[in-house]
Amino acid sequence: MSTANNTIEIDRSVGDFHFDIKSARDAGTGLTESTIDYIVDAKQEPDWIREFRKNAFQIFKDKPLPTHWASHELDAIDFDKIRYYLASGEAAKRSWEEVPDEIKQTFERLGIPESERKFLAGVEAQFDSEAVYSNIKKAVSDQGVIFVGSTEGLKQHPEIFRKWFGKVIPTGDNKFSALNSAVFSGGSFIYVPPGVKVKHPLQAYFRINAENFGQFERTLIIADEGAELMYMEGCTAPKFTTATLHSAVVELVAMPGAKIQYVTVQNWSPNVFNLVTKRGMAMEEAEIKWIDCNIGSRLTMKYPGVVLKGRKARGEVISIALAGDGQHQDTGAKMIHAADETTSNIVSKSISVGKGRATYRGLVHVPKHLKGCKNNTECDALLINAHSRTDTYPAITVRGTGNATQHEASVSQISAEQIFYMQQRGLSEGQAMSLAVNGFVNDLVRQFPMEYSVELKRLIDLEMEGSVG
Amino acid sequence: MSSISVQNLHASINGQEILRGLDIAFSQGEVHAVMGPNGSGKSTLAKVMAGHPDYEVTEGDIFLDGESILEMEPDERARRGLFMAFQYPVEIPGVSNANFLRAALQAKLPQGEELDATDFYHRLYEKMDLLEMRREFTARSVNEGFSGGEKKRNEILQLAILEPAFAVLDETDSGLDIDALKVVANGVNKLRGPKLGVLLITHYQRLLNYIVPDFVHVMHAGKIVLSGGKELALELESKGYDWLKEEDAETPAISHAAVTK
Repeated sequence: MSTANNTIEIDRSVGDFHFDIKSARDAGTGLTESTIDYIVDAKQEPDWIREFRKNAFQIFKDKPLPTHWASHELDAIDFDKIRYYLASGEAAKRSWEEVPDEIKQTFERLGIPESERKFLAGVEAQFDSEAVYSNIKKAVSDQGVIFVGSTEGLKQHPEIFRKWFGKVIPTGDNKFSALNSAVFSGGSFIYVPPGVKVKHPLQAYFRINAENFGQFERTLIIADEGAELMYMEGCTAPKFTTATLHSAVVELVAMPGAKIQYVTVQNWSPNVFNLVTKRGMAMEEAEIKWIDCNIGSRLTMKYPGVVLKGRKARGEVISIALAGDGQHQDTGAKMIHAADETTSNIVSKSISVGKGRATYRGLVHVPKHLKGCKNNTECDALLINAHSRTDTYPAITVRGTGNATQHEASVSQISAEQIFYMQQRGLSEGQAMSLAVNGFVNDLVRQFPMEYSVELKRLIDLEMEGSVG
Repeated sequence: MSSISVQNLHASINGQEILRGLDIAFSQGEVHAVMGPNGSGKSTLAKVMAGHPDYEVTEGDIFLDGESILEMEPDERARRGLFMAFQYPVEIPGVSNANFLRAALQAKLPQGEELDATDFYHRLYEKMDLLEMRREFTARSVNEGFSGGEKKRNEILQLAILEPAFAVLDETDSGLDIDALKVVANGVNKLRGPKLGVLLITHYQRLLNYIVPDFVHVMHAGKIVLSGGKELALELESKGYDWLKEEDAETPAISHAAVTK
């Protein structure tokens, strides 16, 4: 391949590059009421949002950090030193050519327009606080599918937006959902009309470019009765010495019989605090599946959940977490059964490398009055080095007599004999590690869309390369 | 033509010396059998040649075409053409045989060169046909849930695909029933030729009924104590290994080995 050299160079830096870009709109450093006014004015949002944000800001201030159960690493976040809103002040472009050169280069390096041409039904690319590019294929929009940024969503489609916004994840759910509600910007709003099955995935790409920056995208996806949709998101940021905060809120609503698959492959640089709240609500016979892959970041806290609200609703979380040296992946799943005959499935695999730490937290709740509910939880951890750490905190409460749950957990290590065996066949120690790790997650990776499973394999290879010395 | 020369090799594990001045040399195109009683250090020889990290070489050297390989990592030795068929092949969950072999072949290519997928499968199927293996085998995880015979046959398939200059077969016959033994031996015979040098490590003579060696060496207490042609194997069969112990007592040069009795 003629581009081989080029590709290798990019591989090594992953997303670790950034351009100095002047942002015409900058809310400054720190968070006060006037920051919120600045954001609302810059985005020309209606008054109800101003109120919503200010109320959320109050809740954010009142809530303590959850360090009574979560990691004290959270104390390292200095909310006064973060920049909460940075944007060019221009509307998202519909055509790739119109995107400013440096931003275009950023996304081209990350492979965005290419993948759109190849296999996506629509793409949104967010650079710091705002989408810089947003496009949906005509065939898809002709079916009545709405795919816009959250600001456009709330302004142009208030009748659908307001009905569900903040309903799946209330502002006060946790300190970071409150923070997001106060300063959110960007993210997607998607509505799929009844019976429409979107054949190709819609994709959003989140890119943090600025230092000391907080990215707070807000995504709301509604699949109406019998509709089907796959949404994928990818995230990167350059490596800065200071902390960067990514705190998203994602709400999904699957109306009766609808299906939503939400796929995340994130590859944050190790200075990013990634504190994300994701939850879906599944009505009768609806299905929500989270496929979540967490690589990188300093600390990730993310527990995608499904509220199984209608009879026979199904919820699933498939997650892979790779905690590199010095990183902490605190991930898991929540399944709230709220109707009869609902089923949930959680499969979580984590890999801890070096002094990396992977924590699984699961919550499965089946109240007493329900019948015919089922849950299956599997969590497997793989430890690479002697100092690697894994913890599992499954909280499963299943009450009543007609419900069933099953829980399995395992911890394993790659043995020296496995490495020797592979080395004897010519693989370097790093390649051998990589192959073993890929083998460990293989059954889950197979559920990823092709393009993402290739990307994931590449990311694992990169992480493992650095793990041996 | 390539050759391997092991000279005065001393090696220990956890401070205990297992190899005590072993000499052996073999070339491409030759099949050498190394026989000996349990505990004589046969498997240690295989592992030390392959570079197993648990063993320490305290004296002597191993040369591949005149160059010492002792400082080389196991993977570098492998890429230089040294293959070892394991006595106990290791399971690698989630990694398919096809992916594993592909990765191993890819590792032999210079940086930046990509293995052609079509060629690879063509080659894989050809070798599988040679060894009478079913196609579904490619999708199974490496050695996972394999029977003893399947594991050994898989080792031979890897040997066939990787086409090394030298193969050390460590007790490939152990744990095999006679039918499996025939299949494996048949596979090795098909791979025999001027480009492959084989070191066949075995406890039992019966394997040598199916893979007829050019040379036979008898190992005892960490050394080669006797070398000869293929007829030596038959002699061992009728005499057993007990005479070695008697010789220990009579031969001052190796008398220190008697303490291991």
